[in-house]
Amino acid sequence: MRGHLGVRFAQVIPTLLLVSIMVFCLQQLMPGDPALVLAGEERDPEVLEQIRRELKLDQPLVMQYFYWITNVLQGDLGFSWRIRQPVTELVATKLPVTLQLASMAFVIAVFIGVPMGVLSAVKKNTVWDYLANGIGLAGLSTPNFWLGIMLILLVSVHLGWLPPSGYVPLSEDWRQSLATTIMPAFVLGNAISAVLMRHTRSAMLTALQQDYVRTARAKGVSETRVVIKHALRNALVPVVTLGALELGTLLSGAVLTEQVFSIPGFGKMIVDAVFNRDYPVVQGVVLVTATVYVMLNLIADVLYVMINPRLRGA
Amino acid sequence: MMRHLAIAALACGLALPAVAQTPSTLRIGIADDADALDPTLSRTYVGRIIFAGLCDKLFDIDAKLNVVPQLATGYEWTDPQTLVIKLRDGVTFHDGEKFDSAAVKTTLERHQTMQGSTRRGEISAIDRIETPDPLTVRLVLKSASSPLVVQFADRSGMIMSPKSLAALGNDFGKAPVCTGPFKFAERVPQDRIVLDRFDAYWNKSAINFARVVYRPIVDATVRLANLQAGAIDFGERFQPSDVPEISKDRRITLVQNAGLGFTGLTFNMTNGTRPRTAMMSDARVRQAFALSIDRAVINQVVYNAVHTVNAHFVAPDSPFFDPAIKPIPRDVARAKALLAAAGVKTPLTVELLLPNSADLRQTGEVIQSMAAEAGFDVKLRTTEFVTALAASDAGDYEVFLIGWSGRADADGNVYSFTHTGPPNLNAPGYSNKEVDGWLNQARAISGIPERRALYTKVAAQLMQDLPRMYLYTPNNIFAMSTKVSGFVPVPDGMVRLQGMSITP
Repeated sequence: MRGHLGVRFAQVIPTLLLVSIMVFCLQQLMPGDPALVLAGEERDPEVLEQIRRELKLDQPLVMQYFYWITNVLQGDLGFSWRIRQPVTELVATKLPVTLQLASMAFVIAVFIGVPMGVLSAVKKNTVWDYLANGIGLAGLSTPNFWLGIMLILLVSVHLGWLPPSGYVPLSEDWRQSLATTIMPAFVLGNAISAVLMRHTRSAMLTALQQDYVRTARAKGVSETRVVIKHALRNALVPVVTLGALELGTLLSGAVLTEQVFSIPGFGKMIVDAVFNRDYPVVQGVVLVTATVYVMLNLIADVLYVMINPRLRGA
Repeated sequence: MMRHLAIAALACGLALPAVAQTPSTLRIGIADDADALDPTLSRTYVGRIIFAGLCDKLFDIDAKLNVVPQLATGYEWTDPQTLVIKLRDGVTFHDGEKFDSAAVKTTLERHQTMQGSTRRGEISAIDRIETPDPLTVRLVLKSASSPLVVQFADRSGMIMSPKSLAALGNDFGKAPVCTGPFKFAERVPQDRIVLDRFDAYWNKSAINFARVVYRPIVDATVRLANLQAGAIDFGERFQPSDVPEISKDRRITLVQNAGLGFTGLTFNMTNGTRPRTAMMSDARVRQAFALSIDRAVINQVVYNAVHTVNAHFVAPDSPFFDPAIKPIPRDVARAKALLAAAGVKTPLTVELLLPNSADLRQTGEVIQSMAAEAGFDVKLRTTEFVTALAASDAGDYEVFLIGWSGRADADGNVYSFTHTGPPNLNAPGYSNKEVDGWLNQARAISGIPERRALYTKVAAQLMQDLPRMYLYTPNNIFAMSTKVSGFVPVPDGMVRLQGMSITP
């Protein structure tokens, strides 16, 4: 097991290095000169030239990458060209916001998706199964931004129950914090819950046909115990893996959701940065997101081993 | 069911308190987040909206675009190259320092010399700055430049505290210190900018609330929903498509006025290395194209008739506007005759470059449809905004649909666009010695009627040469809670907080 995890740890470094190169190169493919955005509406040629010099945009790409990665390795992600604040500072402020949103969305997704998947498998081909599948399909097919705007109009404008946008940190006021994030978290968790439901259903159907389930039933174990203790526990192994992958989807899904609900998190920051060609912010955010994603998958590997005892000896 | 849900929400303690507003705070929804809050470096329109609460200027403009005093009490041209500005006494900066001519000099010199300054071009006419006494600034210019005064009614005229400049240097934008009615309190990027009332403000009686919070909410629909839900009290830059919704909601008030800018078609004439087409080389073809377009139809179909149809580069409210410059009515027969006279074979393929926004795309489609009747086969080339700008600067376009936010002085709407010079704003690569001469003359004199006459000549000539066809002056669209009063719209679209008030 240690060997397996050791190899997985060793893979992290080249993966992140590759990500850094890809991020750097891909954003160069974005059309439009960042200096054009930064020079303001007048686009004075003298100002343009000065900006290119100041931001080293006039230097070869390799040199630009070298300057950036050298600083990154020292913990400095550069500074935002647009608002002139260190990217590290921005990331440190924004990451907890998105992580809170993603965690809440994930919890919502698990609490909706897993029970619905179990119910659907246990009550296969009944009205419960069809209902759960219908809800799942609706969840998968509804675009986040549309659902977000509809919820704002219904819950905030017409009913006046929750604030339509904004964010209050948990540390400042937990009730306000939940009030501002519950709606976006639901929107974000909605699609994931559908995916989790379908995978749980499929895994449960397989598990319920296994010999050990039949044996348990033959031994007189109650049906609830059979479903939860025997079938669900085994069915959860692929679901946990999927959950880790979907956490990455949550981070990317936050891009639209944060934009709609004006949540000052990672997603909103990267959208603004892309439109304003704020390269250091784009690079910093993508690199940090990739790191979080890779680490989550590593955690999933550890959990995988913990849930499935057969892997412990590997 | 609804009742149960409401009870559940209340039980969790999540409901209405989050929506309720703090008394004496004005919450303004802005269309995007500002860049650096440093008047020397600031580049964005939205940044100027924040500065309206934070930094007073030497002069301001009123609803009729007249220059009025703010930190200055008046000005005088002692000769065409010398501008003397008298300063207001008893003004203090947010850090308690006294406002005087030395502070003005420090600020202007910073604009001139700081790396990355976007003000340098605006005040490039200044040769030297003299301070004969603490309340007088004398600017000696390299050459006559009457539009300079209006520059001081915007970011170039926002005076910063020398003490804070010395202490903060390049980080001034993190905690800006000026002389405005509100002082900087907090900024959370992409979330809020908070300003608190400055108790020592020189015009304190005009300020009626304790705090102003600016909240960036990019999507106009969501911004409107926030206003309707009471999460903000005031919103700027709503879309023409929002106007019917705003108008029928009794909780909010719609405020509109004509802006300073223009939206129009830019015709490439000589810019770049693209092969010359008939549209680029023959004014008659451009005139035919212009004659095929009905501005009122575009305004009606795409913008619910919200904007102001205009053929002039200045807004109808501008003192430089001449009603004699009016749109030529659509005339398809004349357009066809002009094309025949130019000897072009129809349908003539024309490429129309436009930024990828819903309204401009629709405008392009309407133009495409109207121009087809006159014999033009318009191909739309839609790209992301920055890419379109880069193509325009490089001359890689034939016709470009683009707007300009506008400046209070006519010079800011026409000089760099049409005077022989670099292609950043003169994207057509237009050059006409007569026009150059009139533009230079208009800079050298300060009388409004004389300058207006020169700009009318320029506008008439541009309608002949057509480096640009002005379609309409975009209106500023604001909406506010009925609790808010005292807002006076000015064509520059800024939200001036003086005189505004909010009832709890």
